[in-house]
Amino acid sequence: MAESASPGTPPPGFTGIVSDWSSDQTTFKGAGWGKPMMWLFILSDIFIFGMFLLGYMAARMSTTDPWPDASAVFALNMFGMQIPLLLIAIMTFILISSSGTMALAVKYGYERNRKVCGRLILATAALGAVFVGMQAFEWSILIADGVRPWANPWGAAQFGATFFLITGFHGTHVTIGVIALLYMYRKVMRGDLDDGRPGAVTGRKGRWEMVEILGLYWHFVDLVWVFIFAFFYLW
Amino acid sequence: MAELGHDATSYAPPREQPEMELPHSHSFWTTYVFSQDAKTIAIQYSVTAISVGLLALLLSILIRLQLGFPNTFSLIDPSTYLQYVTMHGMIMVVYLLTALFLGGFGNYFIPLMIGARDMAFPWLNMLSFWFYFVSVLILVASFFVPGGPTGAGWTLYPPQLISEGTPGIHGGVILMMVSLGVFIAGFTMGGLNYVVTILQYRTRGMTLMRMPLTIWGIFMATLLALLAFPALLVAALMVLLDHLAGTSFFMPAMFSMGEQLPHEGGSPLLFQHLFWFFGHPEVYIVALPAFGVVSDILATHARRNIFGYRMMVWALIAIGGLSFVVWAHHMYVSGMNPYFGFLFATTTLIIAVPTAIKVYNWVLTLWHGNIRLEIPMLFAIGFIFTFINGGMTGLFLGNVTVDVPLADTYFVVGHFHMVMALAPVMTIFAAIYHWYPKITGRMLHEGMGKIHFWVTFIGAYAIFLPMHYLGLAGVPRRYYAYGESSPFIGESVVTLNAFITVAAVLVAAAQLMFIYNLIRSRKHGKEAGPNPWNANTLEWQTEHTPPTHGNFGKELPVVYRWPYDYGVPGAKYDFIPQNVPPEEVEMIDEGVRRT
Ligand code: HEM
Ligand SMILES: [Cu+2]
Repeated sequence: MAESASPGTPPPGFTGIVSDWSSDQTTFKGAGWGKPMMWLFILSDIFIFGMFLLGYMAARMSTTDPWPDASAVFALNMFGMQIPLLLIAIMTFILISSSGTMALAVKYGYERNRKVCGRLILATAALGAVFVGMQAFEWSILIADGVRPWANPWGAAQFGATFFLITGFHGTHVTIGVIALLYMYRKVMRGDLDDGRPGAVTGRKGRWEMVEILGLYWHFVDLVWVFIFAFFYLW
Repeated sequence: MAELGHDATSYAPPREQPEMELPHSHSFWTTYVFSQDAKTIAIQYSVTAISVGLLALLLSILIRLQLGFPNTFSLIDPSTYLQYVTMHGMIMVVYLLTALFLGGFGNYFIPLMIGARDMAFPWLNMLSFWFYFVSVLILVASFFVPGGPTGAGWTLYPPQLISEGTPGIHGGVILMMVSLGVFIAGFTMGGLNYVVTILQYRTRGMTLMRMPLTIWGIFMATLLALLAFPALLVAALMVLLDHLAGTSFFMPAMFSMGEQLPHEGGSPLLFQHLFWFFGHPEVYIVALPAFGVVSDILATHARRNIFGYRMMVWALIAIGGLSFVVWAHHMYVSGMNPYFGFLFATTTLIIAVPTAIKVYNWVLTLWHGNIRLEIPMLFAIGFIFTFINGGMTGLFLGNVTVDVPLADTYFVVGHFHMVMALAPVMTIFAAIYHWYPKITGRMLHEGMGKIHFWVTFIGAYAIFLPMHYLGLAGVPRRYYAYGESSPFIGESVVTLNAFITVAAVLVAAAQLMFIYNLIRSRKHGKEAGPNPWNANTLEWQTEHTPPTHGNFGKELPVVYRWPYDYGVPGAKYDFIPQNVPPEEVEMIDEGVRRT
């Protein structure tokens, strides 16, 4: 019978995993409930995006019309030239950078550096908002070019349908993240996480772990973007 | 010492987690309506689920009256027939069984059985119920919109789903999809709670391998649901867009009503893949909790430890994993690549292995048991019957060559009602009779319970066994009427259909008596005491019956053993609750203590 080892000194490697899972009380030692819950949510959300992308691939393979050429469709007209994937490269760069600021925010959060942490969260939210704004810009270009969910000038109608659906769904995720980040910014700056002040909605006491949990969500949303980017723009 | 207190520890492990943050309620509203206590939420879930389940039962009676006596009752026309079949199926599977097993039983039993005070995040848990409640309202609202609810069958296959001629394509389809979306969002909130609570809030001594199988079943089912519902959500979104925004995810180029539809190039097969990637795990979402509950009830009422506990746990895990790779056995006649049929038939037959292990273990638990035929036990044994029955016909349908002629006949209707309608419903009854005393402090009336069981059990066989014969005779499903007897639809079919309908009406009447029993016993039932069945699991060891907010007293219980120490040789009583330390176990020979 594996007894719960005294917390703090987990056995290494595979034995450690086995002893965690065969122990009583908590499976993920010292992780509380918030982080496992976010991970599980992410797992479920991975299945949503996975289904979207599989649906996209299936639609792309079963349609009879030709698929529009990504590098032509997504080119930006600048300085009298067509520069393929310029806008999207910038968008991707911005979103990835926001993961960097988020990671720093978590670090300063755990160092109880309220000011720096808060500013980094604000920066993350700003980068996220810029991303959503540029996405809206891209949508408007495509719409001006005649792309609709039910048709487009270059080929298979499923192009517009899957594009708007999937980038829209991802954009919604980013938007929700931005709102949550702004809310967290306020909590951090007001010192809620230091004093354990109960949240206005859920009534849960503030903890610094919350920044990390929100960070998990944010990194996940970024990672999903990498896949969407690869499947829509590079394929 | 070996058999005494399976895996007993002689000391109590130190406490690791901090006390839970429990929200305390101060007003009527936060105590009874917007309650964050898992037990209240459980009851809200259960009452809502059972109410909408009664609606589905009523629909099935209307369907049956039409099928049994097509010329006598003209209550419904062909369109309403299809709409009622659809709503009956969808409500039963999703809004009754899923909600009751996970939202109802999950909320009540997870914290109590693992020795926690509540769910990990009670606020989210409350929100989960209200999402569910709204999704039910939206679903029921579809009866009242022009055109009524959708009539495309609970499988909702496009292109038929949204093509002119199918009932309910205007408001009905939209409400159905929105309702499913809200349901899934609400379920996810609850599901995250169930899994995380089980992983992170067990009490001292409660290892995963000492959890009651009920909790294991709910745990695996919730995991399946969290990974399977996404497919349905995605499919529902795409259908909505096809319908409202004119996209063509699932809609091929089609002629309808003499004109070409504006769709082109979509794949109806893609919908079926998405739907069944959800749909097959869904079968196990309602089956796995049933497996768990039945295991616990059999052990308790046979006064015998569950046979092969570890095997039971691993079988649950194996079934859960395999259930994600069998979905296309619902699509043998869909026109997908025939080679897939071979692949999915193989995985389907493999899943029978862990399932058979479970059945053997249930039967072996009864072997040489000190069986007490109390009502929960009767229903649990009823479950074994119907489940074996449905499992057997499942082997037929899992094989491509046998399925091809049987697909879309009444054989299928008989099969899935045995395995996923009756078996879980039997379990729900068993569970309600078993736990009602804990939840209300009173016993359900025994005489009415006996009548309820026998009418339901024999009646259910009278309904669903003949359906297999009908299917073999070639009677298709989802038909409003079969016309006068002909070389294809023989005289016996007409007679049998009438017989089935009579049985169905009787079974439905018995359910009304059950509801009456539930309401009556609340006030007038026999006092139950804290542990009427002499059971071992923690929920029977609470200070108060019914348990109060926070479940346990000042101290959480400490667990020293698995929950199946029934009839331990040498012990004075035939049960040793999980929280009894080894040195306090009373032996037959007073004074002699084995440690
Ligand atoms: C007294 C109990 C019940 C009776 C008499 C009954 C009867 C029926 C009938 C007559 C049909 C229509 C067959 C057809 O025309 O194709 C049907 C369909 C169905 N039933 Fe039940 N049923 C009962 C309980 C349940 C339960 C508890 C479930 C839960 C899983 C369930 C799930 C379904 C499903 C999924 C369908 C298929 C709907 C469709 O074809 O779209 N039924 N039932
Ligand atoms: Cu299946």
